[in-house]
Amino acid sequence: MTHVEKTVAALRARFPDAIEDVIEFRGETTVVIAPPALVEVCAFLRDDPELGYNYLADLAGVDYLPAEPRFAVSYLPYAMAANARLRLKVYLPGDAPEVASVTGVWVNADWHEREAWDMLGIKFNGHPDLRRLLMPADWEGHPHRKDYPLGYEEVQFSFNWREIDARKPYAKD
Amino acid sequence: MSQVREIETTVDELKHLFSDRAATGETMVLNMGPQHPSTHGVLRLILELDGETVVRCIPDIGYLHTGIEKNMEAKTYLKALVMTDRLDYLNNVGNNLVYCMAIEKLMDVKVPERAQAIRVLMTELQRIASHLVWLGTHAIDMASMSVLLYCFRERERIMDIFEMVSGQRMMTSYIRPGGVWRDLPPGFETVVADFLDYLPAKLDDYERLLTNNPIFKLRTQGIGYISAEEAVRWGLSGPSLRGSGVNYDVRKAMPYSGYEQYEFDVPLETGGDVYSRYRCRMREFRESIKICRQVLAKLPKGPFITGDRKVAPPPRSELGHSMEAVIHHFKLWTEGFSAPRGEVYVATESPRGELGVYLVGDGGPKPVRVHFRTPSFVNLEALSLLGEGYLVADLVAIIGSIDIVLGDVDR
Repeated sequence: MTHVEKTVAALRARFPDAIEDVIEFRGETTVVIAPPALVEVCAFLRDDPELGYNYLADLAGVDYLPAEPRFAVSYLPYAMAANARLRLKVYLPGDAPEVASVTGVWVNADWHEREAWDMLGIKFNGHPDLRRLLMPADWEGHPHRKDYPLGYEEVQFSFNWREIDARKPYAKD
Repeated sequence: MSQVREIETTVDELKHLFSDRAATGETMVLNMGPQHPSTHGVLRLILELDGETVVRCIPDIGYLHTGIEKNMEAKTYLKALVMTDRLDYLNNVGNNLVYCMAIEKLMDVKVPERAQAIRVLMTELQRIASHLVWLGTHAIDMASMSVLLYCFRERERIMDIFEMVSGQRMMTSYIRPGGVWRDLPPGFETVVADFLDYLPAKLDDYERLLTNNPIFKLRTQGIGYISAEEAVRWGLSGPSLRGSGVNYDVRKAMPYSGYEQYEFDVPLETGGDVYSRYRCRMREFRESIKICRQVLAKLPKGPFITGDRKVAPPPRSELGHSMEAVIHHFKLWTEGFSAPRGEVYVATESPRGELGVYLVGDGGPKPVRVHFRTPSFVNLEALSLLGEGYLVADLVAIIGSIDIVLGDVDR
């Protein structure tokens, strides 16, 4: 029994209602979690001495437009001692993507969550400092969303508002 | 009617980042960068200073944000490859590699042994080149000018090797899904072997200039300390993590591309400071040379790219007489290949740490999501912790020691 299989069994035993699905693909295991249970699951993964997922390798938001639930956040904890990777995934609705922040569990989720907020507009409740990370502070919209146009847009870094307004509606509208 | 945009970032919104003493003027808030020679690119640091001592250090990134991840979603898997070169511009080959490995895992493509060996050789050469740039810039930050000039001289020879192999010095796009673009040119082995014989003596020279240099040691020992637990907690990787004594190297933990066949050590230092990270990288040079020598010694014969025509284009020579080859070629360069629905994560050890790709496919020819887990991004996040309590001049040493590339941070 590999460490990941052991983890999935432990999660199923501990959180029977929160595990929505377990997907195996190309040797990787994805556990789909009900969003309300996320932080509890993460804390369990980190703190259980048998499991020991002490390292958050990655966190990424995904936009599945036009599917619903539209957004997903994918967490990639890594158990350093056991050398095992697991993927947790939460699916979030398109109209109000919100999920609890895991910064309390893994510190380095901070910037990853800020990036997901900045780029995809996924809100992380309880994040200590949810500001934009990559885009300028006054940027409007979340550019990584599938419905945000790619290119052929007015350069928004320009401060020549009069000229921009003459040719296209203000970005706010 | 023209609207006046409000400047919405007010002082109040950023107040929580600083200590209470900043409001009274007891400490000073100073901006370092984004245009600053020792921030290694367009990195902006907001510093709260008590005299010369850093009270808070808040990195502000995004000045080199190019939206590569979004751009890649609009391109076919194959066309998006060229964008990966531009992420970490000191690890171009490594970026190609990790992206191609993700595609190969998603599509379940087997890579020929020769291609795997060439990939290892190229990425290790790239690691040497990247560490040379790090060493030169780190040394110049520590006021030893000559090391930079020497390092760039050596790096140029690696760039020449890349040009010989791929036609490009930096943006090689040499590694392709299923293998590499073309076979190694004649005379390649000799050029690389010559370089590998040449480099160790030069490395000894640099070590003589720095390792026991009292000024260099004073400026690096005990500076930017991070304990092993904290380093893991903050998700550091690469030499920045191993400098704190944590033995985690993706090449050993989850070997890829045949790394398990080669004998090499993972240099570990236990100091956790700038000097330990320096020592780690200096020893990594020698390990990379060791790996390159082993690859050259047993470079397998055979194809350099997979024969699966659905992924790799047919050779040019076939296009003249095979209708099927023409169809495959046309399909690959117009529609591209389709990858199945699913998601994979592939990690490699870049010169800076764990470089991973999270790739989501939906059955079509374009990726739904490509996310790069870049080591610079995560390592830089810990700078707020690393820099606190040290002098502004030490901050320069600390930034150099985590070896960030802003193209890698901002993507």
